[in-house]
Amino acid sequence: MNSFFATHDKRIRLHTPKNFTMILVICILLLGICTLASLALGSRLVNAQELMDGLFRPEIDSYEANVVRKRISRTIFSLFCGAALGVSGALMQSVTRNPIADPSILGVNTGAALFVVCGIAFLHINAANQYIWLALAGAVITASLVLGIGSMGQGGATPLKLILAGAATSAALSSLVVMIILPRSYAMDQFRFWQVGSVGSGTWSAIAIFIPFLIIGISIAIITAPALNALVLGDDVATGLGVRTEILRLVAALASVILCGATTALAGPIAFVGLLSTHVMRLILGPDLRFVIPMSAMAGAIILTISDVCGRLIGSPGELEVGVVTAFIGAPLLILLAIKSKVSSL
Amino acid sequence: MIKPSVELIMAGRRQRRRRWILVTGLLALLACILCCAMLLLGNTIYPVTEVIRALSGEQILGTSFAVNTIRLPRMLAGLFAGFAFGLAGSIFQTMLRNPLANPNVIGITTGSSAAAVFCIIVLQTSESVVSLASVMAGLATVMMIYLLSNRKPFSIGRLILVGIGIQAMLDAGISYLLLIGAQQDIPAALRWLSGSLNGSQMHELPPLMITVLICTPIIIILGKQLSLLELGDQAATSLGVRTNTVRVILILSSVCMLAVATSVTGPIAFVAFLSGPIAKRLVGSGFSNAFPAGLVGVNLVLGGDLIGQFAFETRFPVGVITGIVGAPYLIFLLIRMNRKGSL
Repeated sequence: MNSFFATHDKRIRLHTPKNFTMILVICILLLGICTLASLALGSRLVNAQELMDGLFRPEIDSYEANVVRKRISRTIFSLFCGAALGVSGALMQSVTRNPIADPSILGVNTGAALFVVCGIAFLHINAANQYIWLALAGAVITASLVLGIGSMGQGGATPLKLILAGAATSAALSSLVVMIILPRSYAMDQFRFWQVGSVGSGTWSAIAIFIPFLIIGISIAIITAPALNALVLGDDVATGLGVRTEILRLVAALASVILCGATTALAGPIAFVGLLSTHVMRLILGPDLRFVIPMSAMAGAIILTISDVCGRLIGSPGELEVGVVTAFIGAPLLILLAIKSKVSSL
Repeated sequence: MIKPSVELIMAGRRQRRRRWILVTGLLALLACILCCAMLLLGNTIYPVTEVIRALSGEQILGTSFAVNTIRLPRMLAGLFAGFAFGLAGSIFQTMLRNPLANPNVIGITTGSSAAAVFCIIVLQTSESVVSLASVMAGLATVMMIYLLSNRKPFSIGRLILVGIGIQAMLDAGISYLLLIGAQQDIPAALRWLSGSLNGSQMHELPPLMITVLICTPIIIILGKQLSLLELGDQAATSLGVRTNTVRVILILSSVCMLAVATSVTGPIAFVAFLSGPIAKRLVGSGFSNAFPAGLVGVNLVLGGDLIGQFAFETRFPVGVITGIVGAPYLIFLLIRMNRKGSL
């Protein structure tokens, strides 16, 4: 028996996806390119010399060098947010065994928004490190509500049930948000700032707040990945393989919500990144979550940063919120998935 | 042996007709009361006689302006848009045999909104062009959703998912347009996001009124065939309904009503979704609930607007009120459908 499991394990461990190293290298290259692009491009274009000045020679105090320095924190922040969203999407999809689970589709963003608004309006909170706890609470409560409604009845959480539960919950909560902010102009101003915030709000202090959540979330994701692989086979099989499905689901879903809740708290609502990065990676790498989770973090970082750069270029001299850009890219994918999926799974 | 059962059926039918007439009458009465309330209530409450005199054209300082320029267009916009939303929403729900398949959820109103925002902000066109463009965009959105989701075998679930995806894109488009828009156009365009009767003006109304007056009879006449469509295509065909023609005409007229109403008031949340199920609950089955659904829509919009105006310290647009009422109902409906496993 022991030997059976040993060989079994070994076979799985050896089974790295095809061309994994090449894909990894390409992703790292892409990551480097979009980091450079994010530093250099924007409503003010910076040339190579100025870029180097800004990065490595703190004594130079030209306008362009300062622009680059401002962009450093923004770029790091968007890389982190993208990674968090990518992992969060991958976790959510495997927990619900559902190809179109994305935190934003499940209404988690609006839940976080409602709590932030309540905090601004009733508790007069205005610092990012206080937002984050409220947003997390909102995200967790909304996610449990939506998952609860969506998994009722036969067949568990089907895509259609989940997406409708998410849409209905979002609609209800956003009406409440409007109701709370309309009479309070100070809340309206702050909330608009938060809502539009995008990754432009990425300051060093925001990054410092964000890092612990990112580390906790991603560690949980990597630790639970092998067990989540078993969950894909179905609850019965997973239990047979020694996985405690209930606890696993809870922990993984919590990690997912922590990641996207923290991102939403600091960056505002950003949709579809988790959906997009996980699907791209699963298409390239196959279903093994031990590879899909870390790579989808990378893909998320790439997608979000590129979208942010696009948003800055399109919206120049202002900027287009990155959430708008990701929705433009992500929504067609959702439609494609809906068209391709079999009726039985809807 | 046969006679008593025939009589029983006839009696049941009479009873249902009586119920239909009673419910419709009560809804119409309530709508009239709300219309009067819309004219009478406001910052200043004028006496009834003065309001009537102002309406009949007499010039009374203060009253004439408040009633004729502000309250009357607001009331008419609510009346016609509410009716259009309710009627068209119930048609969609009946035709697709699923209460969730309504214009709000599958993004038809978002298509109209996006076109309207585009016209206002980018092209800066007149009202009639805005109405026309939103109708065209509404139709285009329906076509696109239908074409994209029309895979064999047809599934409402896929249609809804495709609709939600398209809606997400259109919403992103609206956000972009609001971003590039000039500051002074933003308030006008913001109406397209939540739906409101604020600032309705008399000259915006004729397209809406004409569309509602043309489309309503068509829908009511075809309503009888619609209740046969509800039995399923095959049954309806065998009962002598030309399913495709009926369906195309119904979709065209409901999308026209929806789009024009949206171009005047913006997408008032959940009215199209709520009216059908409420009307069905009130009227019962057996008779077409299209007309009562329209009346329910009127009551929802006017009632919501009155609550939004007077129940709180701040004035809320009607869309916020109907959103808060409607969304819990949607969740309730989802829970019930999930339990029954009919989703």
